Amino acid sequence: MKRKEFLAGAVGSFVEEPQTSASKKKTVNEFANKTLPAVQRTTSGIEPYTGVWGNDQVLHLLRRTTFGAAKSDLDTLKALTMSSAVDLLLTVPATAPDPPVNNYNDRYADPTVAAGQTWVNAVHGDGTVNSLRIASFKSWWYGLMINQSLSIVEKMTLFWHNHFSTETGIVSDARYVYKYNSLLRQNALGNFKDLTTKITTDPAMLVYLNGRYNTKTAPDENYGRELQELFTSGKGPNSQYTEADVKAAAHVLTGWKDDPTNIASTFDSTRHDPTDKQFSAYYNNTVITGRTGSTAGQLELNDLMSMIFAQPEVSKFICRKLYRWFVYYVIDQNAEDNVITPLAQMFRDTNYDIKQVLSVLLKSAHFYDSANVGCVIKNPIDFTAGFIRQFSLPFPDSSAYVAQYTLWGAVQNLAAAMELNLGDPPNVAGWPAYYQIPEYYELWINSDSLPKRKSYTDMLNTNGYQTTVNGTKYKIVIDPIAFANQFSTPGDPNQLIADMAQFLLPIQLSDNEKTTMKNALLSGQASDYYWTNAWNDYIATPTDVNKKNIVFTRLQSVLSYMLDISEFQLA
Amino acid sequence: MKRRDFITRAVPFSVLPFALGGFSLKAYANSSLLEKLVNAATDTDRVLVLIQLNGGNDGLNMVIPLDQYSALSNARANILIDQAKVLTLTNATGLHPAMTGLQGLYNNGELAVVQSVGYPTPNFSHFRATDIWLTGADSNQVLTTGWMGRYLNEEFAGFPVNYPSTTMPDPLAIQIGSVVSPGLQGNAASMGMAIPNPQYFNYLVTGTPDPVPVGTPDRAAHELTFIRQVAQQTQTYAGVVKAAATKAKNLSTLYPAAGKNSLADQLRIVALLVAGGLKTRIYVVNLGGFDTHAQQVAATGGTETGNHATLLQKLSDAIAAFQDDLKLLAIDQRVVGMTFSEFGRRIKSNASFGTDHGAAAPLFLFGKGVKGGIVGTNPVIPPNATVNDNIAMQYDFRSVYASVLKDWFGVAQTELDTVLKTPQFPSVNTLPLISSVADVEQSNNVPTGFTLYQNYPNPFNPTTQIKFISDGSYVQLKVYDVVGREVRSLVDGQLSAGDHEVTFYADRLPSGVYYYRLQSGNKVITKKMQLLK
Repeated sequence: MKRKEFLAGAVGSFVEEPQTSASKKKTVNEFANKTLPAVQRTTSGIEPYTGVWGNDQVLHLLRRTTFGAAKSDLDTLKALTMSSAVDLLLTVPATAPDPPVNNYNDRYADPTVAAGQTWVNAVHGDGTVNSLRIASFKSWWYGLMINQSLSIVEKMTLFWHNHFSTETGIVSDARYVYKYNSLLRQNALGNFKDLTTKITTDPAMLVYLNGRYNTKTAPDENYGRELQELFTSGKGPNSQYTEADVKAAAHVLTGWKDDPTNIASTFDSTRHDPTDKQFSAYYNNTVITGRTGSTAGQLELNDLMSMIFAQPEVSKFICRKLYRWFVYYVIDQNAEDNVITPLAQMFRDTNYDIKQVLSVLLKSAHFYDSANVGCVIKNPIDFTAGFIRQFSLPFPDSSAYVAQYTLWGAVQNLAAAMELNLGDPPNVAGWPAYYQIPEYYELWINSDSLPKRKSYTDMLNTNGYQTTVNGTKYKIVIDPIAFANQFSTPGDPNQLIADMAQFLLPIQLSDNEKTTMKNALLSGQASDYYWTNAWNDYIATPTDVNKKNIVFTRLQSVLSYMLDISEFQLA
Repeated sequence: MKRRDFITRAVPFSVLPFALGGFSLKAYANSSLLEKLVNAATDTDRVLVLIQLNGGNDGLNMVIPLDQYSALSNARANILIDQAKVLTLTNATGLHPAMTGLQGLYNNGELAVVQSVGYPTPNFSHFRATDIWLTGADSNQVLTTGWMGRYLNEEFAGFPVNYPSTTMPDPLAIQIGSVVSPGLQGNAASMGMAIPNPQYFNYLVTGTPDPVPVGTPDRAAHELTFIRQVAQQTQTYAGVVKAAATKAKNLSTLYPAAGKNSLADQLRIVALLVAGGLKTRIYVVNLGGFDTHAQQVAATGGTETGNHATLLQKLSDAIAAFQDDLKLLAIDQRVVGMTFSEFGRRIKSNASFGTDHGAAAPLFLFGKGVKGGIVGTNPVIPPNATVNDNIAMQYDFRSVYASVLKDWFGVAQTELDTVLKTPQFPSVNTLPLISSVADVEQSNNVPTGFTLYQNYPNPFNPTTQIKFISDGSYVQLKVYDVVGREVRSLVDGQLSAGDHEVTFYADRLPSGVYYYRLQSGNKVITKKMQLLK
């Protein structure tokens, strides 16, 4: 059994392990974990963190809760207390983002939506229009991530997408996809039970897991199974729901279907099984009373949710998943006892309030425990969007929405090539990096993806990404001088390198690495003041091409090294 | 034009574009296919090792103009080397006493000293002067590519797209000891691979990841180690470098112990990789610390001791050991080395037993292929030098680059112009620095018993002779124009083994470049000729 593979102190392998047939690894990596690593056990728990609140801690919080932070984000949170900083991140933006628009009219005219107008409420249109809208959606979503406010909402939206996974390729209605995505975003910090209830009858989900074909004459168990296996109870050893429970849940959910005209879901009582549904001992032999009429579906769904959420396993399952998203993939015995267990209790006590659980986790001594710093491998969105945010790379604004979507889409495609295709996880279990024992995050890095990551940063640090849209040229490229100039004393080579490294890398560099970077900045000169003079000369006359070039090329060289080393893959 | 007879691989002409592994048709868009193919890298196994001396080397205390000694005594008494201790090269010129190794090379005819190398309007800033040397720019010009990068761009057009390739599986250039030099920056990408330090090289060769620093939390350390393993595995050239390094062994016993002489540590890696069979053309290594404003010489204990003496000894010892190693490895005929520093130092010393930033300075070329001796005359030192006096330039540094490119690598003049011509260096000239000048006719990959010679005369009008050696099988000799159209079939049949000669009569063809291509079975050689009417 896999559960016997774990090493002393690690209990990670006895938690959920999705059994979906398609959850096979894409690329075999000879170096990835063969067993869960025998890392040192932590001792900290959910008690509030009371230690230093410095750049390291602020950046740790930002790395884990956002898709990368600009220097200004660091400054903003640094000025707050740790608790206020977390509260700020947990604040939901007051207004929902503007919906995606028709950016594709130049390529294929949408018969019902004008260029620049949103298509989310339009008629379905033909297959070409729909696929262009899905591309529009993906670009738009990626744009929300790189333009995220100082809030955890986007990171949680992706968390829920990874949790309640659907695939645009299967849903194949861009309007449903948008609606589903909006549901996740609106409820990202809300109530988990509500969200689960709503997702159950979400039209995209009804299509994706065949809920729309689930009728009393031909029950379809697909959703009833994943609801329990992947969305709520999980497959942990204490999750004892039975095959009969899967069947019973399917019967409860008969009668729901999607409505493409109204971009909604509807309940058809004639397709609903009105008989009582008997559940197993795991659910205390609950009987959900069969109902008839137009309210039957919602009433039985509510009963089903109350029954499922009465099981403590649900809260533990989600807390472990949050832990693997925000902290680390190995859940040692201490973490199970002093983080997961009390968090799960609180989750139940607050009737599944997501925000409160996150607040406790992100303010905990365990979260800031140095053992948990720098041990997450960035996923492709963290990596690509994070890079854009760290270097404040300028994208076109909405007045040039065609170019804007083109560039968002270009980077989103690069992230997809690095194996995270927004909107299209490999299957209903989400991305294996968050559940596949024992590799977990290490699945992100392989002989195909790592060179792609490196060529991405190299491109944006040197030649830049260039494209021409409607005759206007756009170029996305790092400005190493502006980047360096954000730090306190860019004229001091030691301080500058230390500041840049602290900002970009979560762990300390080796002496060799520091020496190499300093030599790059100083062109091998032994005296620091040569850099200081060069920097001051540039600052005094920033228009002097020669002086600018001297500092530009050296900073570019240092960045090139810093972005290439393996530490940059960590968060 | 120089030998561009790279096509020795065996493919029917019609499938050439697809058969050169790694090249794609797309790479040849907007340009004649054949032109591109013939312009593919010159076939050479020669190597250049560039030794950068960071900080600005005091040339006057390294190559000492003995005939200027009294003027030097006035200008720099507190640092001047005792005339009796100078290592004599000629009656008028000597080396710093610490450079016995280089004196030995000189005596073997393996060291060329080029006097007073610089450029007009010298710059005294380390950074700017370094950039000038590495990019090959004029004093008032900003170039964003390096001189070696431009050369390699000419040779390996389109790099890094479709590289490594079957014809060039190895790094074009390797930088040891730092990040990749700006001198290797090409038009689109850096043309070099960096081995930032000897430890990194050892990790690469042994296939172990760079150890995580002590104190790194073990979870982060675990993931970092994992990523480093993948990074090493996916380093584009890790495999070939590792293979080369394990194929050969350093043979010289003259190398100082590891860690004692950083330049020697770098050069032994170069020797290993060259001996191991890498086709890499350029290696860049460096030795820092030459910015000797103070304590250039020891305040007590003799001016032949102190920081500069230590550095020059490292330089000399490292080169001597390297040269010894190359000989023992029987690859000394393939390697020349060259030193340079961003500037020399001031004639007049300062009160801190040091020297401030200066201008022109001597540099060395070394190796079996070098024409030993001194090029140029000793600098003339003013009898009463002031702080404003500097060594005047005798040779533009780009003349030295041009000599290496043309005579060592066989680069044609048009290419030299592309790489090195600037407004202040409009006429790309060379110096007599290389003894074994790259031979236009010679090609290392020509199959035995099957040879195509350069036509004669060339350029020609309207007739020229083409000589070749047949291996006795069915032979075709055809002429193509620059867009790859066959314009003449000169030979198409079974020939006896041995020498043959045909006359190409081009009276009805327009002026221009033509290619003639000899094929026998799967062996092919192509050469270029020019019709000038």
